[in-house]
Amino acid sequence: MIVERPRDLLVKKILAHGFMLIFLALILFPFFMVLSISFREGNFSVGSIIPENPTLEHWYLAFGLDYTRPDGTVVEPPYPVMLWMWNSVKIGLIAGLGVLAIATISAYAFSRIRIKGKSAMLDGLFLIQMFPTTLALVAIYAIFDALGEVHPMLGLNSHVALILIYLSGVTLHIWTIKGYFDNIDTALDKAAAIDGATPWQTFRHIFLPLAVPIMSVVFVLAFIGFINDYPIASVLIRSEDQMTLAVGSRLYLNEFKYLWGDFAAAAILSGLPITVVFLIAQRYLVSGLSDGAVKG
Amino acid sequence: MSAISDIPQRDGIPLLRLALVGIISVALLFGSFFLYQIAQPIYGVILLTLATGFVIIFGLNQYYGARFIFPGIAAVLIFIAFPVVYTIYIGFTNYSSFNLLTYERTVEVLTSRGSVDPTTEQPFSVARDGEGYRIWLPEAGLLSDPVALDDIAEAALSPAGVPPDLLERREAVQLRTGLQALTLVTPDGTIIQNAGLRTFASVTPDYVQSGPNTLTRFDGTKLIADHTTGFFIDESGEQVPPGWRVNVGWANFERIFQSDGIRGPMVSIFVWTFVFAIASVVLTFAVGLALAVILQWPHLRFKAVYRILLILPYAVPAFISILVFKGLFNQNFGEINLILEALFGIRPNWFTDGNLARAMVLIVNTWLGYPYMMLLAMGFLQGVPEDHKKAAALEGASAVRVFFTITLPQIIPPFLPLLIASFAFNFNNMVLIFLLTRGLPDIPGTVIPAGETDILASFTYRLAFDNAGQQFGLAGAITLLIFLVVAAISYANFVAMRRAAQRRSGRAT
Repeated sequence: MIVERPRDLLVKKILAHGFMLIFLALILFPFFMVLSISFREGNFSVGSIIPENPTLEHWYLAFGLDYTRPDGTVVEPPYPVMLWMWNSVKIGLIAGLGVLAIATISAYAFSRIRIKGKSAMLDGLFLIQMFPTTLALVAIYAIFDALGEVHPMLGLNSHVALILIYLSGVTLHIWTIKGYFDNIDTALDKAAAIDGATPWQTFRHIFLPLAVPIMSVVFVLAFIGFINDYPIASVLIRSEDQMTLAVGSRLYLNEFKYLWGDFAAAAILSGLPITVVFLIAQRYLVSGLSDGAVKG
Repeated sequence: MSAISDIPQRDGIPLLRLALVGIISVALLFGSFFLYQIAQPIYGVILLTLATGFVIIFGLNQYYGARFIFPGIAAVLIFIAFPVVYTIYIGFTNYSSFNLLTYERTVEVLTSRGSVDPTTEQPFSVARDGEGYRIWLPEAGLLSDPVALDDIAEAALSPAGVPPDLLERREAVQLRTGLQALTLVTPDGTIIQNAGLRTFASVTPDYVQSGPNTLTRFDGTKLIADHTTGFFIDESGEQVPPGWRVNVGWANFERIFQSDGIRGPMVSIFVWTFVFAIASVVLTFAVGLALAVILQWPHLRFKAVYRILLILPYAVPAFISILVFKGLFNQNFGEINLILEALFGIRPNWFTDGNLARAMVLIVNTWLGYPYMMLLAMGFLQGVPEDHKKAAALEGASAVRVFFTITLPQIIPPFLPLLIASFAFNFNNMVLIFLLTRGLPDIPGTVIPAGETDILASFTYRLAFDNAGQQFGLAGAITLLIFLVVAAISYANFVAMRRAAQRRSGRAT
């Protein structure tokens, strides 16, 4: 391992790069295909990787614009992709901010304030966190079906209901932020206490500014989690104009109305921003994941 | 007001805070009373509990610390703990599309049904009268008293001439909700009701409530409420739909364990769920770890490029990549089959052959999951001391041997909680199954929708939301079984995490 002969090393290097390239070609194959399909004509047609007659039809439709074919027929967008995107982003932002606020405040208390039964509550949170909300879908459906009679805003097919349920996703994030707060020197809050700051003031003026990096990671994580949610949104949201991207995208590949090309363009359009956000955030995210998970 | 002076000065502006607490509590109390009034007592009690907790924790100073965790704990209790408990409760009821309503609503639905007497049917028009309306029956020459047509109402009819300002048919149709709630009384005392878009007629109710648990049908037969099955039954024992929700005890569980049509597919789904979750963890872990080891090799160049390309599958939203695979694997015009046919002349039936469908699910899930494992493994590999590996290599151990005897044993313990969490995630990985195969192909010879690729969670979802039966009760009962498994996994993870934490702190001191 340490003493390598130059020729062996070269062979190993070639092998390693060769393996990586083949593996990457396999892994990235779906991405190339989708890109190619989005420029192909029609929704069924089969062709080479580089389309022979590239067309922007699917892209026009994905942006919600009518497309006029060379023969004069006008194609209308099959689904309101932009509206779905807006719904997803709106719900993700509001629920993400809500989760962030609740999680940060709770994490501070769990890390610094002496509360009776704190460790029991923390253990409870960890155990509950393993129960995904998707398992309680039947109850969630029944609850919001009943609440809808109070006010349609609280019922099925409402974004408010969806955001409320998403707020339950705080547990894991409380743990992540708590792990971060645990690493902050206790001398800081002792100094603040000596100067007469209340715990709230300590939180507001000392911990909150320090927590900005971890808060941005948690926010991005929560936001992406909500955008990616399918089960809850599919149970609560029924009408096409209220759908989120995750629920709506499925309509494209219906057996009776198979829109492969239109789907490809819409998928790239809607997936790209989320992918970019994720790639920027992933460095912090992974350290948060492994740290938060192992810290007791 | 005297209480204010007891509050220490450092607490900011107590008066404002108390006022805020007061306003919010009153609002919550009002909401809880409102919920109670519209026959939603459970939600009323929940809101009442929330209000009480809020007042105690934000009103009294000794609970200062608890104020910080109150929102988080409340969210977890209301949105996770309560639905979980409620799901278990539903597992003991017959809640389904046949038994959808409450008892009161069922009685309401049945008694509001009526048969139209065709001989009394006559056309009508609506005439505007100031703010309200009058109903004009041209055949009888009768005109009603003014009515608002916005709620249940009764109006007397009296002989009159044709009123001015008759509404167009279209405008009258827009008033149909009000018209349907209207009862008219003719001068001779006959009661007539709206019998369609165009006519009024005398309507005899099909059922009349004749006791707290009995209805009388128009032909005189008595229906008795059977609170064990949730249906009204007539003398011959025939059930009259719709039914209502009742507690059925262990009946759903008996169905799961005793009905062959359910037990058979349940066992097969149960086994596949475990196979799927374990295989997913093993495959993603193996691929991720192997890539991490290669990326860790000091002689490899372009590491950053490889790394970013390798995590792309993790970065793309899963619901998009899964649907992309669904299209690529399509039997007839999917690109994967086109390539396979060109190269080997085969066209596998990815979606109709059970084993191939399961293989496809695992391939897609490995694609989706290996970057996460790779990223974690890269972190943990850095923690393995380099001199251990060097020492082993100097002793003449091959690179493979070094990996299995030195590296792997050192990264498994910290990895364990994450592997268990990944197992739990895949155990309930409904999104994958749902978007890729929807559980299909179906297992032959079952009485409930059950597919070869269905995992417990997606099976439950389909029972509850995907077919006409909407068997919420049965789905709730199966969910309880899933809860038990998840609780066991959750506890195992808890123990593994504790051990890892102890090991860490043990090493640190």
